[in-house]
Amino acid sequence: MTRRPRRRAPVGLVVPALVGAAFLVLPLVALLVRAPWGSMGALLTDPAALDALRLSLVSAGAATAISLVLGVPLAWVLARSGLPGMRALRAAVTVPLVLPPVVGGVALLLLLGRRGLVGQHLEALGIQVPFTTAAVVLAEAFVAMPFLVVSVDGALRAADRRAEELAATLGAGPFLVARRITLPTIAPAVAAGAALAFARALGEFGATITFAGSFPGTTRTMPLAIYLAMQQDPATAVALSVVLLAVSVAVLGLLRDPWLVRP
Amino acid sequence: MTRRSTIPAALGLAAIAALAACSPAGPNDTVTVLAAASLTDVFTELAEDFEAGHPGVDVQLSLAGSSTLAAQVVAGAPADVLATASAATMQTVLDADAATASTVFARNTLMIAVPPGNPGHVRGPADLADPGLSIALCAPEVPCGAAALDTFEAIGVDPAPDTLEPDVRAVLTKVELGEVDAGVVYRTDVRAAGDRVEGVALPGAVSTDYDLAVLTEAPHPELGAQFVALVLSPTGADALARAGFLAP
Repeated sequence: MTRRPRRRAPVGLVVPALVGAAFLVLPLVALLVRAPWGSMGALLTDPAALDALRLSLVSAGAATAISLVLGVPLAWVLARSGLPGMRALRAAVTVPLVLPPVVGGVALLLLLGRRGLVGQHLEALGIQVPFTTAAVVLAEAFVAMPFLVVSVDGALRAADRRAEELAATLGAGPFLVARRITLPTIAPAVAAGAALAFARALGEFGATITFAGSFPGTTRTMPLAIYLAMQQDPATAVALSVVLLAVSVAVLGLLRDPWLVRP
Repeated sequence: MTRRSTIPAALGLAAIAALAACSPAGPNDTVTVLAAASLTDVFTELAEDFEAGHPGVDVQLSLAGSSTLAAQVVAGAPADVLATASAATMQTVLDADAATASTVFARNTLMIAVPPGNPGHVRGPADLADPGLSIALCAPEVPCGAAALDTFEAIGVDPAPDTLEPDVRAVLTKVELGEVDAGVVYRTDVRAAGDRVEGVALPGAVSTDYDLAVLTEAPHPELGAQFVALVLSPTGADALARAGFLAP
């Protein structure tokens, strides 16, 4: 029997590793240390803060719902359809993942703004998208849906297809196979993708302020409220930041749930 | 801001060596100027003037909403000069002992900006109360929004904004793109935008004071003071007047 010699981690790795960890953790520690804990309750029950929080949760929830309804079928088509051009389509729909969000906001304006390619026709029908809560949801879905698509597409492509083939040879139709075999297999990936999409939507700033503007109760989500509060009332900005941090950690906790960990 | 390539910098170095006895500024020094977004064009021009007069010195311009800049200064951002679009914002910096004295160097007033052709048929401040029009204002948390709020209160109009933007240039952009029928911006912004927007008078608009200070923690206080002197000089006054600013 050979015993693996215990090696000390090389200093050359440990030092940068510690610096890296400190770099990622210390800003959040600073946020918690400097948070105005004493007046937290008053700051967070301020109607403007509650408005922003409510709007953020509702719009991020709606953006996640849109991502699920459109993103899961999209991932399915990408992974399973066998149609030509899927590689190019996959690349195209993941662009918003790496695109600076403010560019996404400009692009949305050029499509759906009052003078946009589609927006000018909507305007003629009396429908205005920018400066509405719908615009916030669209901006958030634009940046968030790729997270779900990538997650589900990956799971579908990695899934073992023997069970599906077996079910098919036993006489199950494609819909039954999808519902009873495939969906349960990819459920953890769908849930993980949805959680990531929700977190991304919740933090959306650039596309929202560019495309949807900033108005209390209608389009001013938490990140926009934090940015504005920072101009005049840093204590409120810090308090709101702590709330977003808490929600983000909760989403991370959800991702860590054993049910969500891919087998 | 202009960055020079190595060769002209080396030439500048030679020039500065000759002047070293009378100038405390070393070669390749950087003077950092934080300026309100509405000063973008004037300060860009003055920064180039300053660099031309101080070979080897780089002017690093950081342009943002005054309140953002003031918050950065109070938080200890390493800058030499701060120019705000409101005396009240500068006061927060003075109160925090981040500067000891400030000078009002220009005034500005508000104006209504509309897209070319004025699609919303905006004729005056009363039209800004029309909920059927798309209106952009600055958020009350930033100076242009506070000034707009004061103005509307003074003239008895209750505006119906669709968005409250974090700085004045964001309002102007929304107007230029035609996403709003009208926005309230500084009269200098209307002038700077040329034919991309049209101006509509806003009678009774309050004026805001533009305030300038060398910061206590300035890494290059002499260069900072020289930049302030340039802004206050006839050259500076001329550039400000051409951009539509009023004399203090």
